[in-house]
Amino acid sequence: MAKTMGPVRRAFAPWDDPLAEPLIRFERISKRFGDFTAIDDVSLDIYEREFFALLGPSGCGKTTLMRMLAGFETPSEGRILLDGEDISAIPPHRRPVNMMFQSYALFPHMNVADNIAFGLKQDNLPKTDIAACVEEMLSLVKLEPFAKRKPDQLSGGQRQRVALARSLAKRPKVLLLDEPLGALDKKLREETQFELMDIQEKLGMTFLIVTHDQEEAMTVADRIAVMNEGTFEQIAPPSVIYEEPSSRYVAGFIGDINLLEGTLATSLDKAPTFASPDLPAPVTVEAEGLASGPVALAVRPEKLRIALDEPADDPAMAKVSGRVWDIAYMGDVSIFHVRLSDEVCEGQPKDDSVPIIRATIANTTRLVERPIAWDDKVWLSWDKSAGVVLTR
Amino acid sequence: MNQRMSWFNVTSLTFGFAFLYLPILILIIYSFNDSRLVTVWGGFSTRWYGELFQNEGIMDAAWVTARVAFVSATIATILGTMAAIVLVRLGRFRGRTLFNGMIYAPLVMPEVITGLSLLLLFVAMGFARGFWTVVIAHITFSMCYVAVVVQSRLITFDESLEEAAQDLGCPPGRSFFAITLPVILPAVLAGWMLAFTLSLDDLVIASFATGPGATTLPIKIYSQIRLGVTPEINAVCTILIALVALGIITASLASKHRMMRARRTVG
Ligand SMILES: Nc1ncnc2c1ncn2[C@@H]1O[C@H](COP(=O)(O)OP(=O)(O)OP(=O)(O)O)[C@@H](O)[C@H]1O
Ligand SMILES: [Mg+2]
Repeated sequence: MAKTMGPVRRAFAPWDDPLAEPLIRFERISKRFGDFTAIDDVSLDIYEREFFALLGPSGCGKTTLMRMLAGFETPSEGRILLDGEDISAIPPHRRPVNMMFQSYALFPHMNVADNIAFGLKQDNLPKTDIAACVEEMLSLVKLEPFAKRKPDQLSGGQRQRVALARSLAKRPKVLLLDEPLGALDKKLREETQFELMDIQEKLGMTFLIVTHDQEEAMTVADRIAVMNEGTFEQIAPPSVIYEEPSSRYVAGFIGDINLLEGTLATSLDKAPTFASPDLPAPVTVEAEGLASGPVALAVRPEKLRIALDEPADDPAMAKVSGRVWDIAYMGDVSIFHVRLSDEVCEGQPKDDSVPIIRATIANTTRLVERPIAWDDKVWLSWDKSAGVVLTR
Repeated sequence: MNQRMSWFNVTSLTFGFAFLYLPILILIIYSFNDSRLVTVWGGFSTRWYGELFQNEGIMDAAWVTARVAFVSATIATILGTMAAIVLVRLGRFRGRTLFNGMIYAPLVMPEVITGLSLLLLFVAMGFARGFWTVVIAHITFSMCYVAVVVQSRLITFDESLEEAAQDLGCPPGRSFFAITLPVILPAVLAGWMLAFTLSLDDLVIASFATGPGATTLPIKIYSQIRLGVTPEINAVCTILIALVALGIITASLASKHRMMRARRTVG
């Protein structure tokens, strides 16, 4: 997350600038396979030097969208513009876009250096230039000692780096990465994510990455598009996706969240309140510009505070009471499962009609000193701005 | 497998192999027989090999056979590879299953029928029978073998390799020669080898399709045998066996090498 917090990155938000010209523009794109609609009328702008992530469950159309940009699929409807030019008629080998394939697609009969040089040779560059560029790429992905090896003599992580070097070698305007880190273990994955961000910044390219790992998207991307069945649910920077999800789907897809279904009541003279059959009493919420009606209230577990005594009334806070159903000790945090009912739950089978809210509390003190135990009556409270009212 | 072989296994193995290879072994031994009589051992000599090379009829036939095998194997490999690509790549076009089945049919078709139908075709079209009709006949049946061998390799070929090549700026036609062909080359060569050996030892189809001046070695041998087996024939056959064995061993080594590589890539 270092990148999004750094001073340079904070200023980088061309999507908020109405005058900025997008590098890539998907204009009302639809893609049908037979009578199955894989992509359904989507529009998207991606800006130069942006690191953009497509996030969504399997089969939602991420690869299809990317393959249309690379030229391997033609849109059924709509246009794709690159630098303001319609690229529909340009075949894949003439698009200034390179792709790193999900399967790496390394050429098995060529060694690492030849694999990386392949794209450069297609442009008939002088031999010395090609050699220099291959050297540079090898050092960028730290594979110099392996230049003469064949792909089948490399480990999975090394192959993945060859694939990356090969797709970077031509310095494309746009690099497409289709689940580039899918085959790596967690540790290598995290390392490589930072390497990717580093490389992207160093070479000043635009990266479009496909992933179904939300943590990965949060880590690397400037903006994320959350996809669902061929459409975009929300397109926003990671912090916005996390803190202000636009729909129940996005809220549930990214991170852990408590979702309560209920109704919103607004009036001119009072703060808006959220009432739910799950809650003993209505709670105050922030709902600027929303009308009364059925909504969901979403609160992240780490935004909750837990206490044995009822907090003092505060117009800025919302609170509910319940009993501790379960405590999961995770080391750095404990997750309290609180049943929103005053009756003692010990010995009772789990009753699904009573909602359970999860609160993640940082373990700032040693375990033995913490006062809250199973079956204790507790109060959960949260800043009302932490609760997000979702209409979709 | 540290269990000792039972006497039953040993005998059946011995008999089986004896049944298969004894005739060939005898033929090879007698090709080095000094005596003119095929059944009487008159000491070791290579004299029949020497005479063989003096025998113009046999040498001509050998030359025809080699040319037919080379040309037909090469053309069959090109056509068979193309057929395999179409069948694997073109997806589900109308009649694909039919085509797929039809490519296997000549493998099980009795050779007499293939030969006869080709003969009828040549006669109907007014082709003068000779070298080229034998070549055409051999192409027809051996290209199916090539197609089957190459097809089985192409099925496991990752098409994203070719897409990757195009993505890196290589036009579609060139990407086939730069990427796909080198990767499937062992299978193509194995197919060529197979077509070559099939053509070398074919008697039935060649005898239907042949004409004046295009007597292949198997036809020559067969016609000579009717006049009695001579040690020269033994010598020719020994050389043929050596060639065919070499071809088959090379082809199987190539595919084994390929499989080992593939296994290493997966592993
Ligand atoms: N060539 C095709 N013919 C028919 N249907 C296709 C084709 N390609 C993709 N689809 C369908 O389109 C949908 C989207 O596929 P796509 O490959 O884009 O999914 P994805 O989001 O990349 O999924 P994953 O995360 O599993 O890779 C899927 O339901 C898939 O079955
Ligand atoms: Mg995919």
